[in-house]
Amino acid sequence: MKKLIGLLSLTMVAASALATDYAIVGAKVHTMSNQGTMEDATVLISDGKIQQVTNSDVNLDGYEIIDANGKVVTPGLFGAFTSLGLVEVGFSAGTVDSTGKETALSTTGAALDVSYGINPDSSLIDISRIEGITAAASSMSRTEQLFQGMGAIISLGDKSEPVLKRAAFTTAVVSNGGADDIGGSRANLWVALETALSEAEYAIGKSLNPSVDWHGMLSKADAKALSAVVKGDAPLVVDARRAADIRQVISLKARYPKLNIVLLEATEGWRVAKELAEAGIPVILDPESNLPYQFDQLAATLHNAGRLHAAGVTIAIGINTHNIRLAKQNAGNAVANGLPWEAGLASLTINPARIYGVDDILGSLEPGKQADVVIWTGDPLEVAQGAEQVFIGGEKIDMVSRQSKLRERYLNQVEGKPVVYSRP
Amino acid sequence: MTTQFKHNGFVLAALSSLVILGCGEKPAAKDPLVEINQDPFPSTYQALPSQTTLINNVNILDGIGGFIESGSVLMQDGKITAIGADIDAPADANVIDGSDKWVTPGIIDVHSHLGVYATPDAQSHADGNEMTNPVTAQVWAEHSIWPQDPGFNRALAGGVTSMQILPGSANLVGGRAVTVKNLPNRVVQDMKFPGAPYGMKMACGENPKRVYGQKGGPGTRMGNVAGYRQAWADAQDYQRKWDKYKKDHEAGKNPNAPKRDLKLETLAGVLEGEILVHMHCYRADDMGTMLDVMEEFNYQITSFHHAVESYKIADLLAEKKVCSSMWADWWGFKMEAYDGIKENIPMVHQAGACAIVHSDSDLGIQRLNQEAAKAWGDGKRAGLDISQADAWQWLSANPAKSLGIFEQTGSLEAGKNADVVLWTADPFSTYAQAEHVYIDGALVYDRNSPDTWPVSDFELGQPGEGDSK
Repeated sequence: MKKLIGLLSLTMVAASALATDYAIVGAKVHTMSNQGTMEDATVLISDGKIQQVTNSDVNLDGYEIIDANGKVVTPGLFGAFTSLGLVEVGFSAGTVDSTGKETALSTTGAALDVSYGINPDSSLIDISRIEGITAAASSMSRTEQLFQGMGAIISLGDKSEPVLKRAAFTTAVVSNGGADDIGGSRANLWVALETALSEAEYAIGKSLNPSVDWHGMLSKADAKALSAVVKGDAPLVVDARRAADIRQVISLKARYPKLNIVLLEATEGWRVAKELAEAGIPVILDPESNLPYQFDQLAATLHNAGRLHAAGVTIAIGINTHNIRLAKQNAGNAVANGLPWEAGLASLTINPARIYGVDDILGSLEPGKQADVVIWTGDPLEVAQGAEQVFIGGEKIDMVSRQSKLRERYLNQVEGKPVVYSRP
Repeated sequence: MTTQFKHNGFVLAALSSLVILGCGEKPAAKDPLVEINQDPFPSTYQALPSQTTLINNVNILDGIGGFIESGSVLMQDGKITAIGADIDAPADANVIDGSDKWVTPGIIDVHSHLGVYATPDAQSHADGNEMTNPVTAQVWAEHSIWPQDPGFNRALAGGVTSMQILPGSANLVGGRAVTVKNLPNRVVQDMKFPGAPYGMKMACGENPKRVYGQKGGPGTRMGNVAGYRQAWADAQDYQRKWDKYKKDHEAGKNPNAPKRDLKLETLAGVLEGEILVHMHCYRADDMGTMLDVMEEFNYQITSFHHAVESYKIADLLAEKKVCSSMWADWWGFKMEAYDGIKENIPMVHQAGACAIVHSDSDLGIQRLNQEAAKAWGDGKRAGLDISQADAWQWLSANPAKSLGIFEQTGSLEAGKNADVVLWTADPFSTYAQAEHVYIDGALVYDRNSPDTWPVSDFELGQPGEGDSK
């Protein structure tokens, strides 16, 4: 055992000795910290962490210097609600870890844990990170049960272990879709939800070993998993669309004050924005959803994000998986419809990090945080601008994906040579 | 609206019921030639009242590759009458200062399901796929369109002035598509684009084989291809029957007209060149197969839709003059979409093939300019240097050509319909919004005048009625 520990620490020393320190110089830097936006700034990255962001002259000996003059630098973007790492092709193409069916383990889906299923070799990881997505919340998308399991916070870096935080949040759906899955009615869904929470509260501190009698609606595994949620240790992400459902969520929070509730979608959130702000409930949303897809989304508007923000609600933007890279366009459209630009960038960076309680390591360019940094060709919320270089955990990542390889292969076809023989 | 269609081979004007059969014989009684009305659901579109309008000092993308900095566009009597650096205002003109703003042709979406898959997207509104047979050329999308779909008004606020509404992609042949002006009214005929030819929807690949695999087939791609070919062979047979009938009638005989077959009538309309084929097809190899089917049966595929792998065969598509109607970056939701890349559109353009930006989405249709901007930016970063002026062809001119309406619309040229958008800023920016939208010279959307915004019947009396959407 001693020998093993010795080996481990040797490896760690070797790793940090090999890490390159970077100085990104000359860019307009949006730190998303209380340093705000800095022109012609220098970002120092050391040992995988942000060392400092400064306008002062600093000694750059030992740093690899990256000239970002005329460019824009931001923290890496945080995919606010995704199934990254859980799905390659969702439709008629084999195993998908973001959906599941009921087993004896779980009567409500609360015990399901996606962290076992995150695949860092998924092509979506490279495809997303070269567009500036450096971390994400990854969750199941549908279980047809009361809860969509426990989601994880993942990093899109090159580490073999992508999970930064497991059991990081639990998701429930109380919109029309949730009612359809749970008994076909909110009359069933909501009582089931209340029952689950009260049983989980009851189970706190109790042993639920196999010999203990337990006759609750929750399975024992569900009760254990959900106890972290009722204690407020892990957020409960609740998908609600219409104003009436959102009000139900607000009153749920009043009954269970410890619950750390985050709203998902909240299509009619703007109608109850003041109450949400007062209850301190943040919202993860798709600001472009402006059609009445169901009778629980009649008041959908492009102004939802802007109006929620104006009322003091913390918002995060980015609900997607294969195209979570479009979160920046989503935020840009929110900005075009009333959201201040800085709040738009916050909705992609520091806000989701705060919502999931990982802002101690992610979400801004502050000393000591993981060095997830993006150099953009211009304003990242502009559709015609893109990521030029991405750093994750201080590593300068290879800006390559299978899509970029396909592009290069077909841009450089050689007459008479079958494409399978050309490898970009 | 009898001028809407050229008479095709098997439809003739009624001839005299009497012909002279031969010298010395008595005239024999003869039935009139059976005539098929090609336009049984004629357009009742009426342009809204318009005012002579001059937009000055505005940046202009004319849609056919031209850019004028700080120029002018004049609209009179529903038409564009002048475009240039400096135009004198007619006495009656409403003059708009377009400083810092941009003008483009109205956006034309070649791939929409508005009205046939209307919101709310209840089962009751699922009217886009007639999933009862793999070949349903007899169905017409316009018979499913609900003009009160709120999506039309959202698309208008995004600068969309015309669109093609298609059946879905469940079937090998899904049915007829229709081109409409984005001015919904009480009945669908009020929207139909006067003079536009019909389209016909076909589909490659996964969707038909999935839908029919468990109900009689096709269950494979090879089954799909057999299905298209048999349908075309049946249509040829149908053409021959009508040709024979017509010839016999001309020759003075009194033949019985073949029974009309609405399915084969549409397919024959394609073979006659009257109806334009729009084919959902993702993979390069699927498209390559269809190019041969096209030559085997001597018809033209106007455009492949979705076409996420067009970049692999862009040279072939250029040679065969088949357009590609594409998203900027959708990919991966099924196997045949797995190789989608963001440079697809600029790579097709660069190869000299016809590139079109399409939506297939009630959200995407609201910001097709952004789809073009993404593709333009991605192309630029990959070394494909295309001007914004050229790129706008993807949004108006090329769609108009593929719908057969380019003589009327799709560019800012004197004499064309005044389908025009005034943008608050460079429309390749996320922050640009359509400030004014004109259809046939009439101001049909004015962002600054909330009281004038269109509201569908469905949204009246509901939460959010009349809100800025």
